Amino acid sequence: MEKTKLMVAALENGTVIDHIPADKVFDVVNLLNIQNMSTPVTIGANLSSRKMGRKGIIKIADRYFTDEEVNKLSVIVPNIVLTTIHDYDVTEKRHITMPDEIHNIVRCPNPKCITNHEPMHTTFDVIDKDNGTLRCRYCNKEIRKEDIRLL
Amino acid sequence: MSVRKESLISLEELTKDKILYLLEQAEKFEAEPNRRILEGVVVATLFFEPSTRTRLSFETAANRLGARVIGFSDAATTSSTKGESLKDTIMMVSNYADVIIMRHYLEGAARYASEVSPVPIINAGDGANQHPSQTMLDLYSIRKTQGRLDDLDITLVGDLKYGRTVHSMLTAMRHFSSRFRFIAPAELEMPQEYKEYCCANHIAYTESSEFSYDVINGSDIIYMTRVQKERFTNLMEYESVKDSFILRNQMLKNARPNLRILHPLPRVNEIDQDVDSNPAAYYFQQAKNGLYVREALICHSLGIDI
Repeated sequence: MEKTKLMVAALENGTVIDHIPADKVFDVVNLLNIQNMSTPVTIGANLSSRKMGRKGIIKIADRYFTDEEVNKLSVIVPNIVLTTIHDYDVTEKRHITMPDEIHNIVRCPNPKCITNHEPMHTTFDVIDKDNGTLRCRYCNKEIRKEDIRLL
Repeated sequence: MSVRKESLISLEELTKDKILYLLEQAEKFEAEPNRRILEGVVVATLFFEPSTRTRLSFETAANRLGARVIGFSDAATTSSTKGESLKDTIMMVSNYADVIIMRHYLEGAARYASEVSPVPIINAGDGANQHPSQTMLDLYSIRKTQGRLDDLDITLVGDLKYGRTVHSMLTAMRHFSSRFRFIAPAELEMPQEYKEYCCANHIAYTESSEFSYDVINGSDIIYMTRVQKERFTNLMEYESVKDSFILRNQMLKNARPNLRILHPLPRVNEIDQDVDSNPAAYYFQQAKNGLYVREALICHSLGIDI
């Protein structure tokens, strides 16, 4: 634990994304376009975690995320913890879970689904939150977590 | 006429009461198919992929109700070939018609149409997804010939992997406590997700790749589907099983007297012609029942009870 503290310095203002599954850290980086941010960013990968074994953590200074960005995170990395910090104080700590419905975030992998042919939004029902299984509201195809692709 | 919008997209969204209500309405149409209760109504049949049998059935239903029919039977003759979106086509047609019956090659097309359309949509098939009027006529045929939908032995034979009609039937039959047998070659067996659906909805089933006398003699309904060569990745397997899923008249000699054989049609060779004269053969009557069911569905979509 001492090592973790040393690696991840305190933030004055910004966001901490914690409890990221170890293999998803760089998915989060790409999703939030962190590689192109100009503010200080700390990325911790493969840190020891009592609950998860190995985990990732990302601290981003002077940056807060929109609901849309958080919704996308909830699909790719459900069960993360998002902490917002103002003036060294934690002002909000949110456990991000997959919603019951996912609007216009995920692409349907079925090439014959109407959503891939019309200028329209996609909608998925989350039918198994534990395993991250979705079902397209339109073509009814089920998508497993590993097959989820964002729009 | 006040028009209440009630689209029919999928069997999944119909309650048991609604299914039974629609079957009862269809019974009334069978007793008297010609009822001019839709005079002044315009019904659009938009067939973005050809399906002559389904289109003729819906159009006959509309005509027997006194409605006028507009539409097309092939998307090649429409603006969708010029790149018009489905939404635009639906919006345009809804200016003219009181109800739209549509068949589309894309899955989910009918649901999307129902979301953008100010008039009700009846799904006449959307790709491999749903075909609720076929399922309703299957239920109607089972109920009519057996007097009930509960406590029956129903055998589904043939292509259970890709067969849309057999999947929809399971969805509809979740409300009723009948027992199923799935008889299919290994390559075309019932997909795991539907077996899990059966377990979750307490639908009893067994499965086998043997279309045996025991199976036939223990059935109240045999629902045949076509085993298509193009579905096989291994043509050797097709050659070895293709004759195992053909129903012949001599196989029915010890069948239950109430047995009826259904098929969504068109058949190729999976039911031998010599079965046609057997009293158990019901597939042509089954198709005719589609007319009464579709009369009920059109009226229901417009908020009309008889």
